[in-house]
Amino acid sequence: MTTLIKGARVLGGEPADLLLKDGRVAAVGGRLSVPGATVVDADGLVALPGLVDLHTHLREPGREDAETVETGSRAAALGGFTAVHAMANTDPVADTAGVVEQVWRLGQEAGLVDVVPVGAVTVGLRGERLAELGAMADSAARVRVFSDDGHCVADPALMRRALEYVKAFDGVVAQHAEEPRLTVGAQMNEGDRSARLGLTGWPAAAEEAVIARDVLLAQHVGARLHVCHVSTAGSVELLRWAKSRGVQVTAEVTPHHLLLTEACAESYDPVFKVNPPLRTDEDVHALRAGLADGTIDAVATDHAPHAVEDKESEWAQARPGMLGLEQALSVVLEALVEPGLLDWAGVADRMSVRPAAIGRLDGHGRPLAPGEPANLLLLDPAARATVDPAALASRSRNSPYAGRELPGRVVATFLRGEATVLDGKAVK
Amino acid sequence: MKRHLLEAADLDRDDATLVLDTAAQIDAALAGREVKKLPTLRGRTVVNLFYEDSTRTRISFELAAKRLSADVINFSAKGSSVSKGESLKDTALTLEAMGSDAIVVRHSASGAPHRLANWVQGSVVNAGDGTHEHPTQALLDAYTIRRRLGRLDGVRVVVVGDVLHSRVARSNVWLLTTLGAQVTLVAPPTLLPVGVGSWPVEVSYDLDAVLPKADAVMMLRVQAERMNASFFPSAREYSRRYGLDAVRMAALSDDAIVMHPGPMNRGMEIAADVADSVRSTIVEQVGNGVSVRMAVLYLLLGGNA
Repeated sequence: MTTLIKGARVLGGEPADLLLKDGRVAAVGGRLSVPGATVVDADGLVALPGLVDLHTHLREPGREDAETVETGSRAAALGGFTAVHAMANTDPVADTAGVVEQVWRLGQEAGLVDVVPVGAVTVGLRGERLAELGAMADSAARVRVFSDDGHCVADPALMRRALEYVKAFDGVVAQHAEEPRLTVGAQMNEGDRSARLGLTGWPAAAEEAVIARDVLLAQHVGARLHVCHVSTAGSVELLRWAKSRGVQVTAEVTPHHLLLTEACAESYDPVFKVNPPLRTDEDVHALRAGLADGTIDAVATDHAPHAVEDKESEWAQARPGMLGLEQALSVVLEALVEPGLLDWAGVADRMSVRPAAIGRLDGHGRPLAPGEPANLLLLDPAARATVDPAALASRSRNSPYAGRELPGRVVATFLRGEATVLDGKAVK
Repeated sequence: MKRHLLEAADLDRDDATLVLDTAAQIDAALAGREVKKLPTLRGRTVVNLFYEDSTRTRISFELAAKRLSADVINFSAKGSSVSKGESLKDTALTLEAMGSDAIVVRHSASGAPHRLANWVQGSVVNAGDGTHEHPTQALLDAYTIRRRLGRLDGVRVVVVGDVLHSRVARSNVWLLTTLGAQVTLVAPPTLLPVGVGSWPVEVSYDLDAVLPKADAVMMLRVQAERMNASFFPSAREYSRRYGLDAVRMAALSDDAIVMHPGPMNRGMEIAADVADSVRSTIVEQVGNGVSVRMAVLYLLLGGNA
């Protein structure tokens, strides 16, 4: 299959034509003409390398009523993603080669994005003993990212061992930084608002204390550490300090932590309940600055679909988490590109190049140049749309952006040269 | 008045004063009458939806509705479909389908009445939600202070105890300051929320220092199990530092009153001889609670009927 993309602005540059052939970018240049090629008009569209998500909950196996690998893959493709890391907190937990291979195979069958399973660090996410990390690394799923996400690897000795052990296969531990004793019953960011709303506070220190501990451990044992969903200004400071000391630490921030604040909790609508919680304006600004200067390496969605009954309830009873895949790029446009904090190359770096590097994905996050894998998206940066949860491809509806107008529209996504999205619609 | 009473923070000075004045009119209308009943809400249905055990608040609301001639349904979460997993939303829609005009809700989750208000057409009255608010308690407290001291403007109210977990404290902070009173919170630092500095109140860790200037002292219930979570070392130490006993009571000015929302832990936050003293308004508060809740139900349901 040969596709000719006409007039796309690669990383926002001058319009150029891209020829996609046999899964690769065959040529990039002005006014290419290829008889027989399928032509895609990209006039006014920006071409970016396909996005890579380090943090997606696809819920399969176990909660197929909330999301499946297929529906989540479709949501990802519509968001411009060509690879997503599927978190391990499924039922059963992805803590064996068997489960990660199952998720990987379901992703292959759906064929919309590369579904890259994350392996659990500890058996059953219980934080007691290491899962068979090597078996998952050696499996067909080729696991490189390990995380107990949803739970913190709180035991410092166990965390140290995990960091050390995965060095053998160039793995990385992605830590959900939350000191559990400081967040018993926690419902929202601890501060003025939690005091007034009577919701148990989740102190910033509970995140920062674990990050501080883990960067010291990573330095001590010379291992790679990745920090999931960084949410506080203090965490950004700690990461900046750690990087300045040469610690091999990377970090991600979610779209919602870049745009929304704890003020959303005033409604007591659990669609805004998430872990870590939405924080303050000051935190949002620090996260944007940290992402812009590279202290935070990547945007990762923490896409967390939940069935209606798990959200249409009292705040305290609701499950934490929100959708993110389909709006991630739009949120980054709104929070960073339009205010001038990040250019298109920066977007490509934080949403594709660096997350692919952290996950050790060879075929993703590559430049749009001849010979490279044809994983890319076409974005209309001028479009604006109001988010309608009912129109999302995800099986769930818990979007915190419902009714909000956001910039940017993903017009097309290509996975190894094959369109997964065309005219803003999923191809299958 | 708005359609719901979800939090004291919602009430402006006019609304709050209207509730207190209406309660006073109700008291005056019923004073000396043999049949303590008004026909105002005849044919209306009030549901008491209680997800937490609270005999006194439930009885108070029940009595208030019955004295206004409303039909009252008591729906306790225990032993009902709720214990079989029915959601708050389904329960609310079921009650409304049966024709309820107002739902009085007590719930362990902060914000539950706000959620309920999104799902039902009728009025929602918050009878205590988690550690958030208990607005009718604050209204009855304000009513009690006004009756005893003749005013609220400039009155110095000291609230002592577990502010962190207390919906009574939160509602009183907002309502009393709206009505012009000066509120001082006294507690060990562990029992004050992070963020209390943004509230329109004074904060002190030293009860003895603030008592001489107080016009009203409101003691909050302190649950002994808090000491298991290291909020304080022992019940004895708490009582010694923050309990109101006869010696401390002697430091109060002559007219100062002592309040407690109940139920009391005698010997813990309040000594028996203080609770039973002439300064104590504790029994009076209970009676005033019925009048104030009648006023709230009347204003929400009957005011424009």
